[in-house]
Amino acid sequence: MSSEAARLRVKSWLCAVLVVLSNVFGNFAMKRGMPAQLESPLAYITTLFQPWVALGVALLILWMMSRMALLSWADLSYVLPVTSIGYVLVAICGKFLLHEQITTRRWVGIGLIMLGVMLVGGGTPQTGLSRTAEPKA
Amino acid sequence: MKWVMIGIIVASTTVGEILQAMGMRRHGEIRDFRPGAIGRALTLLARNKFVIGSVLMMAISFFAYMGLLTVSELSFAVPATAITYVLETVLAKYLLKEQVNWLRWAGASLVICGVALVSL
Repeated sequence: MSSEAARLRVKSWLCAVLVVLSNVFGNFAMKRGMPAQLESPLAYITTLFQPWVALGVALLILWMMSRMALLSWADLSYVLPVTSIGYVLVAICGKFLLHEQITTRRWVGIGLIMLGVMLVGGGTPQTGLSRTAEPKA
Repeated sequence: MKWVMIGIIVASTTVGEILQAMGMRRHGEIRDFRPGAIGRALTLLARNKFVIGSVLMMAISFFAYMGLLTVSELSFAVPATAITYVLETVLAKYLLKEQVNWLRWAGASLVICGVALVSL
């Protein structure tokens, strides 16, 4: 039991790292490439071929696939808080890459998020009952 | 306009991610990460109704998000995603029947407070 739990936890952490990094850098690239205005429905499509936006979309596809993999064994109520560390990374990205100010209030928020992530991440990714009770395919 | 976009994003993201969780639970744990095995898993998933539904919902949410980014600043767009966070945790308990223990409720509450402080 404990070695199985440890295996799932390590696997979940590795996958969560991929989920978070692809999301943070995907969104960052999207924002860099997004024009000030999208005038016509056609502009939504042509913007997708702008290099930064294309890179962002590629990373967001990776994000979705890694998130699906993580959800194949981990509960949604585990995945949600653990991957929310991304909010922290976005704020830190903003500080170092875009030279934005991080106010005291934001640092407190970042601290709370990290505390929440540690609480949930230290637990088990899968609560047995919820998964054994799903044979109706 | 802004609020219509946010409504669309919140609704489609919530439904999409719940469907994604349902579809992947039905698929079962992915254990093999070699390229061939991932390819086989993807062809299987492409026929999974829940996964198809979730991809459709996420596409709607993606284009609405693109639209929102042009009409509002990021510090307004991010709290919108935080609302889906609250909705999904509640739905995980009542719809997906997950056992949300006190540790997860505590963690989720801390994260929600933190997101509010960071983004509002």
